Amino acid sequence: MKLSLRHLLSVRDLTKRDVELILETSRSFKGISERDIKKVPTLRGRTVVNAFFEDSTRTRLSFEIAEKRLSADTVNFSISGSSMAKKGESFIDTIRNIEAMKPDIFVIRHSQAGAAAQAAKLIHGRVVNAGDGQHEHPTQALLDLFTIREQKGRLKGLKVGIVGDIAHSRVARSDIVLFQKMGMEVSVAGPATFMPFGIEDWNVKVFTDVRAMLPQLDVVMALRIQRERMGEQFFPNEREYARFFGINQAALHEAKESLVIMHPGPVNRGVELSTEVIDGPRSVILDQVTNGVAVRMAILYLLLGDTKEM
Amino acid sequence: MSALVIENGRVIDPAQKIDAKLTVVIDDEGNIADLTSKRVRLPNADVVDARGAIVCPGFIDLHVHLRDPGHEYKEDIDSGTKAAARGGFTLVCCMPNTEPVNDNAAVTDYIVKRAAAVGSVTVLPIGAISKGQKGEQLADIGEMAAAGAIAISDDGRWVQNSSLMRRAFEYAKGFRLPIITHAEDLSLRGRGVMNEGSVSSELGLEGMSPAAEEIAIARDIQLAELTGGHLHVAHVSTAKAVELIRHAKRKGIRVTTEVTPHHFTLTDEVVRGYDPNTKMNPPLRTEVDRRAMIAGLRDGTIDCIATDHAPHAIVDKEVGFDQAAFGIVGLETALSLGLKLVEERQLTLKELIALLTIKPANVFQLKGKGSLKKGTDADITIFDPKKAVTITAKDFLSKSRNTPFEGWKLKGCVTSTIVKGSIVYP
Repeated sequence: MKLSLRHLLSVRDLTKRDVELILETSRSFKGISERDIKKVPTLRGRTVVNAFFEDSTRTRLSFEIAEKRLSADTVNFSISGSSMAKKGESFIDTIRNIEAMKPDIFVIRHSQAGAAAQAAKLIHGRVVNAGDGQHEHPTQALLDLFTIREQKGRLKGLKVGIVGDIAHSRVARSDIVLFQKMGMEVSVAGPATFMPFGIEDWNVKVFTDVRAMLPQLDVVMALRIQRERMGEQFFPNEREYARFFGINQAALHEAKESLVIMHPGPVNRGVELSTEVIDGPRSVILDQVTNGVAVRMAILYLLLGDTKEM
Repeated sequence: MSALVIENGRVIDPAQKIDAKLTVVIDDEGNIADLTSKRVRLPNADVVDARGAIVCPGFIDLHVHLRDPGHEYKEDIDSGTKAAARGGFTLVCCMPNTEPVNDNAAVTDYIVKRAAAVGSVTVLPIGAISKGQKGEQLADIGEMAAAGAIAISDDGRWVQNSSLMRRAFEYAKGFRLPIITHAEDLSLRGRGVMNEGSVSSELGLEGMSPAAEEIAIARDIQLAELTGGHLHVAHVSTAKAVELIRHAKRKGIRVTTEVTPHHFTLTDEVVRGYDPNTKMNPPLRTEVDRRAMIAGLRDGTIDCIATDHAPHAIVDKEVGFDQAAFGIVGLETALSLGLKLVEERQLTLKELIALLTIKPANVFQLKGKGSLKKGTDADITIFDPKKAVTITAKDFLSKSRNTPFEGWKLKGCVTSTIVKGSIVYP
């Protein structure tokens, strides 16, 4: 069983069968992380470069742990201290140089949209987009999907809401497309300043009142609010954001008992989610993080397309 | 200089309503001596056989960036005018965003003298509106005019300060200089890098709202009306902007405009793939806008075609889409893209030639340019409109290669470019 694609750049490129395959493979890999010895020899002899041109904690650790549990040789690159930062080497030249060392997989995080796609044109190995600007974060969307299925036992027909800064969120862009692909109904909520241009064509329900959206949902995903957006006048201040668009116990009053609450992290406690909601029974935020390792193991494994050692 | 005879060509000169098989005779001072249906034999004349080709006035480009002085690694007057000649252009007007900015007579004078020394084609400089193009203080407008500037513009930066712009209109009027506006409200543009639309939303790239261009044009039209000055809107790109200009022209306001070949050829769909050579300012818009550009060319709302030739080196472009410089080269692809409109029956060949010759000449009132009238400078372009060409950036005479048209199969090839009676290309 192989994926239909060579690089994982966008969830748009995945077929439904690809998604099913990733979810199934993730489930078998999840067990590895629960063993005493959390390591299999699957990617022994393979080199994975984690090229992080933008800071990251969760995603980078998650990829590195996934790679090590598959016995890959991992090399990390980060922008600070690199010759890109210090000597002004261009992104493309940096990629060409890393490529010259012949890695098997590039995991790329970059603050610019399209960076992974540009790198993929220069690379003989495989590229995994670990987040490119405001464009996409496909592995996050896949781990979100895996978590939803784990919680709900199904995907088709589920109602999922995404709250917050949709316009600037790569997670939202990947989630919306992937969730719809798998037959889920997606709605979004937030101030109109946070809605992308042309969202009326995205086949999503748009709410400006989070409380009106919540009662219908099976799953709600809150997005991180970036503080610098205040300076750009997208919203007046955090207090007001929390009051009208944050989710707290009171807002959940009319929500379904079974509502699951998610967040891609890192969370601003008391802004998009209140502390009691983050740490409450409906929150699966840490399950998302746990599942991230399994899903990334599955993706790395499937991209190399070699199933005989499974 | 010896006399020159161009024979066997189909001569098209829209200014004189000529379309006939004629012989063009150029005297030994580089002037058009005669257009005749007779065979001409002059003892010491060179002869160009233009069989199968179109012979027309040299193309005029009101909007190029020659990057000289200051950014010669991208382009200089030598390479930029060679690229112009290869594209069939015999006269180009160069924007002032050099380093130093062309905001004083010394820089204007440098460009004029350098072009006379090394330029393959005629170069007319455009001075800045404001010192350093900073939008704070008027540049030395009168002195630049005296040194040879034919218009003023802060191209690349809209003059946000309405009072300064009003004064610029009033002051420039006295020197008969048009004001070219790069219409873009920068506060609304924000950090945008491509057209704001469904494609930018999908790609996760910051959008540049069409409203930023339209607001700026609307203000500048009001100032042109208020002052009676001549407003030339550079590289119009949105349907609504064309409509604003159409309306202003109907009211008799002195406004002219130009469109680039890329804005009548491409849409923001080509940005998928994140090729930095699809990044320019104004950005590629939507199909509705593209069609409005063609409609504007057809009904005369858009006065002429200008390339906005904007050379950039690889180091300016290979830095990711967000950080890549805006702009593409255009001089060496303009004719083929224009002929594509002719092939699609959007324009006639005569209309296309007018949009590249007499019409731009009229916009800036360039006397004796844009036609083959007897006694004027023999600026002539000869091209084969049927010849198949494949756009190949490495063959460009420009120093830069930043084109989104690489590999395109088009028709039309310049076979000779003649400036003041001298063959400057090939």
